Amino acid sequence: MLRWIVWRDLTLAWRRRSDMLSTVFFFVIVVSLFPLGIGPETQLLRSIAPGVVWVAALLASMLSLGRLFANDFQDGTLEQLLLTPQPLFLVVLGKVLAHWIVAEVPLVLVAPLVGLQFDLEKETLAVLLISLLIGTPILSLIGSVGAALTLGLRGGGVLISLLVLPLYIPALIFGAGAVEATIMGTSPSPHLSLLGAFAIVSLIFSPWATAAALRISVE
Amino acid sequence: MVAPTLLEVSKLGCVRGDRRLFSGLDLSVPAGTFVQVTGPNGSGKTSLLRILCGLLAPAEGEIKWQGENIRSLGEEYFTSVTYLGHRHGIKDELSGIENLRISNALNGIETSKERARSVLERMGLGGRESLPARLLSEGQRRRVALARLLICETRLWLLDEVMTSLDKGAMALIRSLIEEHLAGGGIAIVATHQELQLATGSTMRLELAT
Repeated sequence: MLRWIVWRDLTLAWRRRSDMLSTVFFFVIVVSLFPLGIGPETQLLRSIAPGVVWVAALLASMLSLGRLFANDFQDGTLEQLLLTPQPLFLVVLGKVLAHWIVAEVPLVLVAPLVGLQFDLEKETLAVLLISLLIGTPILSLIGSVGAALTLGLRGGGVLISLLVLPLYIPALIFGAGAVEATIMGTSPSPHLSLLGAFAIVSLIFSPWATAAALRISVE
Repeated sequence: MVAPTLLEVSKLGCVRGDRRLFSGLDLSVPAGTFVQVTGPNGSGKTSLLRILCGLLAPAEGEIKWQGENIRSLGEEYFTSVTYLGHRHGIKDELSGIENLRISNALNGIETSKERARSVLERMGLGGRESLPARLLSEGQRRRVALARLLICETRLWLLDEVMTSLDKGAMALIRSLIEEHLAGGGIAIVATHQELQLATGSTMRLELAT
């Protein structure tokens, strides 16, 4: 069941590759604008790198969240998903997993490359990759609640940012904090543990919240 | 022998916005019955069907399926219901076969490619079953949506305006599908503006007024 919903969403994403690519390009461009704007001041670049990459990842995920349920809502397949004889949170979990694979994993993979522009060391780049790997599922999970709540509303795109971005703050603080700690020469593991804890909490609560929000939005 | 009552609706009321669409609606539907819901635009036909399938919560009253409230049945109820709404519920990017296989799989029925192909052929889509649905005409997409009825094993069909944009051949096909369904002890509740004359089964008429 979970397998089918993930497979369905991955197939759909593959047939609309341009959507997926636009998110990645947005991320790459936003991150690259900073070194271009600031110039070759390696010290400054190195210290802003964690925040810049993380903020760019948050903004990029905003781009794709609007589509998480909206397309299914418009063509009526969301109603059909709601009427399948399985717990709705499983359907949600499948869709969120597919969203993470399609919209977030590419960001995680290109992050070390764009990080090179900030003169980060190999070790720091590795921590950046790990922090994004743990942190981006949080973006998909919490984002899905916002996507479900703003479904079918006019101007939902702006609303979803206002709703979800504040909730991303803990992920931003611990994610960027882990990378910063590595730059400072201390251990990133406390930050990563807290980030992991936040990921687990959002994994437990957000599918239920999303399922409830979807039922309300479809009414 | 009297057919057992499967669906029982009592004192159902529906409010959309601040408008009361209907109230005090009682209905008991035995197995093998075709219910035709008619009424002018905005009289609540779609809302009624959405309430019956559990997408919409009624303002008052309750719905019982085989003696049990559908609220307490939860997801189990959905194993007995197939709802086809205004919107087709098919993905434009997927082919007919893929649409059919995925929607059935999500409803717990694994369908082989060959089976999906033969079902779509019966729906008059032979040769087009591998085209992405966005290349199909409105009526053809409706046929893909209707093809689900041939595979699902549910007893309660809720069909909302499914006859729009269909040609005569497709109408006859729907008629025969519903007749088969009723003969197997199913129930079909259809909201429509067009009369659907069935050769077999008992027909109930439900007229909603504004």
